[in-house]
Amino acid sequence: MSASGYVQHYSAKVSDIYFIRPIKMFKSRFKFAQTKVAVGALLLLSCLPFAATAASLEAQLSQYAATAKAANPGFAGFSAARGEALHTRNFASGKPDTPACTSCHGKDPRSAGQTLTGKRIEAVALSVSPSRYADPAKVEKWFKRNCNEVIGRECTAQEKGDWLTFVGSR
Amino acid sequence: MKFPTRPVSLGLLVLAFSALVFSRAQAGGGHYYPPVVDPVVKEECGSCHLAFPAAMLPAASWKRMMGELENHFGDNAAVDPALARKITAYLVANAGDAAGQRYSAKLLRGVDAASAPQRITALPQWVREHRKVPDWEWRHKDVRSKANCTACHADAELGYYED
Ligand code: HEC
Ligand code: HEC
Ligand code: HEC
Repeated sequence: MSASGYVQHYSAKVSDIYFIRPIKMFKSRFKFAQTKVAVGALLLLSCLPFAATAASLEAQLSQYAATAKAANPGFAGFSAARGEALHTRNFASGKPDTPACTSCHGKDPRSAGQTLTGKRIEAVALSVSPSRYADPAKVEKWFKRNCNEVIGRECTAQEKGDWLTFVGSR
Repeated sequence: MKFPTRPVSLGLLVLAFSALVFSRAQAGGGHYYPPVVDPVVKEECGSCHLAFPAAMLPAASWKRMMGELENHFGDNAAVDPALARKITAYLVANAGDAAGQRYSAKLLRGVDAASAPQRITALPQWVREHRKVPDWEWRHKDVRSKANCTACHADAELGYYED
């Protein structure tokens, strides 16, 4: 049996992953127990990015909210519906070959997109790509590039917050 | 005592994998261009298109390109200065005319490095290799751009350009 066979076998059993009966295992089936430790560690690790994402997306949204409120005292929160409208709207003010966010990200945020040079872009919906939006600098960098490309100007804090609320809700 | 097996077996895996790549590279000869392995370069230069192998252009080309990222073939690909320095260092160290390069000789044949060409797809040898590709193929909706290497070279991400 191969090492991956062990992993597959053991990851199917929750009790093993949570180390419920490790002591005997360590003595009699040393190798198995080691695999379980590795599987457990991997599982724990794979939970971390998600937690980090939720926290940093939240933090980024509240920062955008503060900026949006400063710009417009009537600001009453972000809207996924407005974010979706932004996502699908055809602008005439940017580059002709990329009139909308959908030009690269596709209409359905849960599906993968593609750049004009054929590079695959993972889905932008948080539910499909849970490791997204964990790095505020990355988010800002791409808003700057993509809004300029599509709209011909940078997006406002309100637009960014709406769009993130939209993809965060999908 | 608990963890060493993981790093060790990982190490063995990496070794086995690089042995595989190495032997294929030798068999492939002129088709092989080592793919970008640096994670930063892969992220910054590989999200809009394939992270083109550094060995496909001479060092002077990369230096010029990295100085003009705000206007990168009509796109703004700018990164902050510290990152740009890191990326430049990697591309220059692995450029086609860097010391010790064995694979890129073919694509850079007849190229004057000092002219710092910016497009791989405009290198004379690249054009020659692709002269038989018909017009409709370039315009096919799954290709669209000559820079979309992976549309035709399925293993381009791994550095292979044979078919
Ligand atoms: C020309 C193609 C293109 C267009 C048009 C485009 N994007 Fe993107 N976008 C990308 C690429 C490429 C990435 C980076 C790859 C990735 O994150 O998977 C990206 C990433 C992003 C990210 C960062 C995601 C993260 O994980 O941090 C945001 C935010 C974003 N895009 C928003 C938008 C918005 C809003 C629009 C429309 C105004 C838009 N994009 C239009 C290509 C495009
Ligand atoms: C924001 C998107 C974007 C990013 C980021 C980006 N590029 Fe590009 N790059 C393009 C576009 C668009 C083209 C033109 C493609 C075409 O002709 O269809 C291009 C073309 C190229 C070409 C020429 C391809 C040819 O035709 O031979 C090279 C080389 C290149 N890029 C290198 C880089 C390097 C190095 C980086 C990282 C510093 C980088 N690119 C980052 C968008 C990008
Ligand atoms: C429309 C399809 C298509 C695209 C796009 C394309 N190629 Fe090719 N390429 C070919 C064909 C066909 C050949 C000839 C294959 C042969 O002779 O074995 C070829 C040959 C090559 C060779 C020579 C391989 C050898 O046999 O030595 C290299 C190197 C190469 N391509 C690199 C690239 C790079 C780099 C890109 C992207 C910048 C690219 N190609 C884009 C179709 C394509």
